[in-house]
Amino acid sequence: MRWLADAVLTVEHLTMRFGGLVAVSDLSFRAGRRDITAIIGPNGAGKTTVFNCITGFYKPTEGMISLNQENGATFLLERLPGHRIAWKARVARTFQNIRLFSGMTVLENLLVAQHNPLMIASGFTFLGVLGVGGYAQAERQAIEKASYWLEKTRLVDRADDPAGDLPYGAQRRLEIARAMCTDPVLLCLDEPAAGLNPRESTELNQLLKSIRDEHGTSILLIEHDMSVVMEISDHVVVLDYGTKISDGTPREVRDDQRVIAAYLGVEDEEVAVVEAEVGV
Amino acid sequence: MDAAATPTLSASQARVARRTLDLAKALKEAAFWALITLGLSIPILSFRTDQGQSNELILRPRWGLVALLCALVFALRLIGETVGSHRRSRPARPQALATDPSQLSAIQRIGTFGLPVFLGIAVTFPLLIYLGKGGLSESRYWVDLGILILTYVMLGWGLNIVVGLAGLLDLGYVAFYAVGAYAYALLATTYGLSFWICLPLAGILAAFWGILLGFPVLRLRGDYLAIVTLAFGEIIRLVLINWVALTNGGAGISSIPRVSFFGIPFNADDDGFAKVFGLEFHPMHRIIFLYYLILVLALITNFVTLRLRKLPVGRAWEALREDEIACRSLGINTVNTKLTAFAMGAMFGGFAGSFFAVRQGFVSPESFNFLESAIILAIVVLGGMGSQFGVAIAAVALIGGPELLRNLEFTKHIFGEGFDPNEYRLLIFGLGMVAMMVWRPRGLIATREPSVILKERKSIAGSLVKEGHG
Repeated sequence: MRWLADAVLTVEHLTMRFGGLVAVSDLSFRAGRRDITAIIGPNGAGKTTVFNCITGFYKPTEGMISLNQENGATFLLERLPGHRIAWKARVARTFQNIRLFSGMTVLENLLVAQHNPLMIASGFTFLGVLGVGGYAQAERQAIEKASYWLEKTRLVDRADDPAGDLPYGAQRRLEIARAMCTDPVLLCLDEPAAGLNPRESTELNQLLKSIRDEHGTSILLIEHDMSVVMEISDHVVVLDYGTKISDGTPREVRDDQRVIAAYLGVEDEEVAVVEAEVGV
Repeated sequence: MDAAATPTLSASQARVARRTLDLAKALKEAAFWALITLGLSIPILSFRTDQGQSNELILRPRWGLVALLCALVFALRLIGETVGSHRRSRPARPQALATDPSQLSAIQRIGTFGLPVFLGIAVTFPLLIYLGKGGLSESRYWVDLGILILTYVMLGWGLNIVVGLAGLLDLGYVAFYAVGAYAYALLATTYGLSFWICLPLAGILAAFWGILLGFPVLRLRGDYLAIVTLAFGEIIRLVLINWVALTNGGAGISSIPRVSFFGIPFNADDDGFAKVFGLEFHPMHRIIFLYYLILVLALITNFVTLRLRKLPVGRAWEALREDEIACRSLGINTVNTKLTAFAMGAMFGGFAGSFFAVRQGFVSPESFNFLESAIILAIVVLGGMGSQFGVAIAAVALIGGPELLRNLEFTKHIFGEGFDPNEYRLLIFGLGMVAMMVWRPRGLIATREPSVILKERKSIAGSLVKEGHG
């Protein structure tokens, strides 16, 4: 139970209301450091709402979201403005519907992700315009970092192509590369495997594992593709109607009767048959 | 064998059938357009009001003219339809070719090869005119026109930061032009500050107003942003008219100190420019100096903009135009980024404004009406949003073009002595705009140049580049 001992993200009593609709209701969970934590649940369970609360796109109605960095610094995410969550608390995210800067090249996309360190290197533009200071050096380093992630996501040949020209799977990979260029502590992926073919899915699994193992980045992901969830996640949180119905290792969750009922909505005695059919 | 021949035969038959069908369709289409023209002509063209012998109003019918116009529209539409259908029947070009440099259109080619020529002409323009016209006094009109064009080039480049790069539609840009002009006029007439001190002050003041405008409009997008900026432009103008104690109201501020050659005045005195440099005094010295002044100011604008594009702030502007939400998720402070875009754009507007004041020696609120904002925006849109060279070409076309109309003497031989092509300026302007929207909706230079490259420079097709939410 690493997520209880050393949590990178602690969500406590999170509630999000939109008028009369309660999208997330009194949700508490933890995500362990260097874990891949999957949030799953049927459509409309409130998964993306949780993501939007964590990454500052929504301000939660109630509750507390705290992010603990390895050096001991703690950030209360519900109190930070969106851009500071990314820059100070180091939470990066991708989007369900891909949001790339389609008219900019792949490399430019990755440099925009390194905006804040580059901004400081350019003396908040004042030194950069005059061409003094270490901006050129900083930009070279930024390009190196971008190249590293391009190699890793097999996009280096497309570096000078506009992002909007890339095929769908490559755009998904680029979005992950872009998020990783911000040096995140916690990487939030909203359905990274959506629309990928099985080969691309396997590749994605490798990429996510290497991000966790080589970079020590914790990953929080929303996913419908159970092959991805079951294979790579260390910890699964299941939501239904905005509440948590199960929380544990993939094996525990898979055998949880409530999860099966939520997903399949069948009587207990029929579960084995249906399970065999869908190959869970 | 038969089986192989039959499909080709039937295909060609089908093609013939389609062509006749096309012709019928084209005729129908052309007739429809001619009918619309007729309908429009009846209230506008078909009668002309004239004064009769005893000063009474008489209607003179002009059905011949209406018929001619309808026939013209019919013919043009027919040609357009047949050519259009011919073009449609050709196989569509693959999309990917649009980014291939060998497939660049003629205008884009001008963009790459014409730059040194364009710059060369701009630098030597007064000399060329002097040689061409054979005298300083004779070249005055042309150098004045050059100054006017360069002012708009600079304004276009300034607005390009806000509209082209950051994607924020600003319909009140002329407000910053006004702030710059009045800043110089007031500082120079009240405190006697020289132009060279006022120029940076005017820029800073305009940037300050840009930030002030930026704050309330940050949350607005698209149409709402456009309306608020439009209103801001009007507010500034109305304040200038009504705050009589400060701005002298609609009468404006006159006798603004003229520009000096870094402290040496352009006059016939002993310490004047001509005497100091051992030249014979001529009023054109000042005009030519003004020309080079605005050229340098415009080039500084261009240099700074190109520089900013390669800096993180410029990339953040463009990223903001592409996707604001993604920007926020990457830790970019969208508020500050928008404000810097407004401030930078406004600052260059302020520089141009104080140049305007020092050139005219007189400012009044009338110079800063909405039409000015519209023209500057038209220059940016026509040039291709974000393209520096496109904006320069558009400024030459939109400002120089109407002046050219004034000098088309030969039209008098065709249409008679009373014909003044200048009266049709706005009509031609509108037609040009429509033509642009049809054939080059993304502006003259629609491609975007990447700000950084890893291996190979490739232009980005305009269709991929977003226009921002403004």
